[in-house]
Amino acid sequence: MIETTSTRGTPESILRNEESARPGQPPAGAAAPRLNIAVDDTRQTKAITSVKAQVDNVNFYYGQNRALKNLSIPIADKQVTALIGPSGCGKSTFLRCFNRMHDLQPDTRYEGSITLHPDNINLIGPGIDPIEVRMRIGMVFQKPNPFPKTIFENVAYGLRLRGVRNRATLAEEVEKALRGAALWDEVKDRLQDSALALSGGQMQRLCIARALATTPEILLFDEPTSALDPIATAKIEELISTLRDQVTVLIVTHNMQQAARVSDYTAFMYLGELIEFDEAAKIFTNPSKKATEDYITGRYG
Amino acid sequence: MASTAATTKSSDLVLRSGLRYRKIRDRIIETFLLAAGLVAVFTTIAIVVILLTESSAFFEHVSLKDFLTDTMWTPLFADAHYGILPLVAGTLTTTMVALIVAVPVGTIIAIYLSEFASHRLRETVKPILELLGAVPTVVYGYFALTAVTPLLQLIFPELPGFNMLSAGLVIGLMIVPYVASVSEDAMRSVPRYMREGSYAMGATRLQTALRVVVPGAFSGLAAAFILGISRAVGETMVVAIAAGMQPNFTFDPREQAATITAYIVQVSLGDLPHGSIGYQSIFAAGLVLMLITLIFNVIGFSLTRKFREAY
Repeated sequence: MIETTSTRGTPESILRNEESARPGQPPAGAAAPRLNIAVDDTRQTKAITSVKAQVDNVNFYYGQNRALKNLSIPIADKQVTALIGPSGCGKSTFLRCFNRMHDLQPDTRYEGSITLHPDNINLIGPGIDPIEVRMRIGMVFQKPNPFPKTIFENVAYGLRLRGVRNRATLAEEVEKALRGAALWDEVKDRLQDSALALSGGQMQRLCIARALATTPEILLFDEPTSALDPIATAKIEELISTLRDQVTVLIVTHNMQQAARVSDYTAFMYLGELIEFDEAAKIFTNPSKKATEDYITGRYG
Repeated sequence: MASTAATTKSSDLVLRSGLRYRKIRDRIIETFLLAAGLVAVFTTIAIVVILLTESSAFFEHVSLKDFLTDTMWTPLFADAHYGILPLVAGTLTTTMVALIVAVPVGTIIAIYLSEFASHRLRETVKPILELLGAVPTVVYGYFALTAVTPLLQLIFPELPGFNMLSAGLVIGLMIVPYVASVSEDAMRSVPRYMREGSYAMGATRLQTALRVVVPGAFSGLAAAFILGISRAVGETMVVAIAAGMQPNFTFDPREQAATITAYIVQVSLGDLPHGSIGYQSIFAAGLVLMLITLIFNVIGFSLTRKFREAY
């Protein structure tokens, strides 16, 4: 059996000291890919140097049911953080706290804080307007959900909501967003066609463009490729990797290979609790908790 | 060994005869279902055949040109004219007035119920709304004549006691529940992930309703409006009671006029001898009515197909 022989601090202690220097890469061999998951080894081990959002003791309730239990993790600025875990572990519930989607349902309650830096706003604070939050935090859903409008109007949607009327500005921003989502070349000649005529993968990239158009501070992905074929999935993953230059990404995924490929940091959740949070390279090669190891080696989930 | 084979064979036979019985039973039920379905088809065909044969007798006396271009409809007078235009004008005018009421009111109610009202409120209001459709139309007719017309006369003192405005407004109120109910169903069938996409962009409820849900439900809304038009065109009692029975070629809703349906009612009440040209004229009028409804239905279907979104 695979032995976890980490002598380093627990993830919790790492979390508390995220400003302090992290130990470097373990000696070659120690981190040998003992688990059958490919990790981009060229990626440097990095300490979180800049935190975009700090999650502190977040609890979330559906009625009396406590769905999230004392979650605390930092979300690194301009990095990809993945949330993994078996079905029902609360990873999507957690993701939806960031843009207050739960406020659309009656009888839900947040506790704790998600502090957005540098403004120090608590996203789930009682005095914060959810619409204000959603203006700053974008989201891409599991099922591609373009609006029944033209391709152009889909991307312009958020800008129009924010009162942009100038046609030249709209056209410029729409092009920028479509380029950012690697979709421009495919749709530039048919911007006035219905978005519903696109393929599934194109629709999903359109939804990414729609979210990018309003330059969100954090972009949330809720299993963005689970409804797509492998080729479309590869394109989306590549896109997410490039997005880290411009936006902080938080992604929920069922697919551990995907988490290993795209994320810089990974949080493993189970039954509403955070089990382990660390660099993706470490989680997937040398996790410190037995439960994490069992999950990523496919023993359950 | 042998006995086993025999048992197998006899049970096989039992199975097979059971199968035959089931097949026959299925065939009988199938035939019965087909017959039930055909009743509706044959009724429609019979209606069309009767309309066509009776009105062809009518058209032996009246040229199609006179029928379509004459602006007088006086089959009961000594100087008989058979121009359908006054009746069509009356029908279109009352329908127009009704739609001006029903489309906005019905849509607003639907948006409110689908996007804003709590689950409990919706479940309370919708049955009440649908109950309005169960009120007999003759009641609406007298409501128009004795309540709405006097009110309108406070605004337009010149308004005659019978007028299309009052009849149209009340037909409008009458079809609001239909329009609202069908529209609400259409809007609620817009999937939740579509709304969530809009909310996630920072949209308010109203923005989501108007910019995403209404376009998403367009085909259903079009169907609701067409259904409303069909009902308004075919509405009989309200116009017969409140709009007067005087064929009058005008599009001014403040005047009195007869619609196609009102005329048919008037003649069907029995003044004219069977087989007379006046009697046959109601079939020609009925044919026109059917064509108008058919045209709207075709428009409705093509709209629905054109805007049907692939969810």
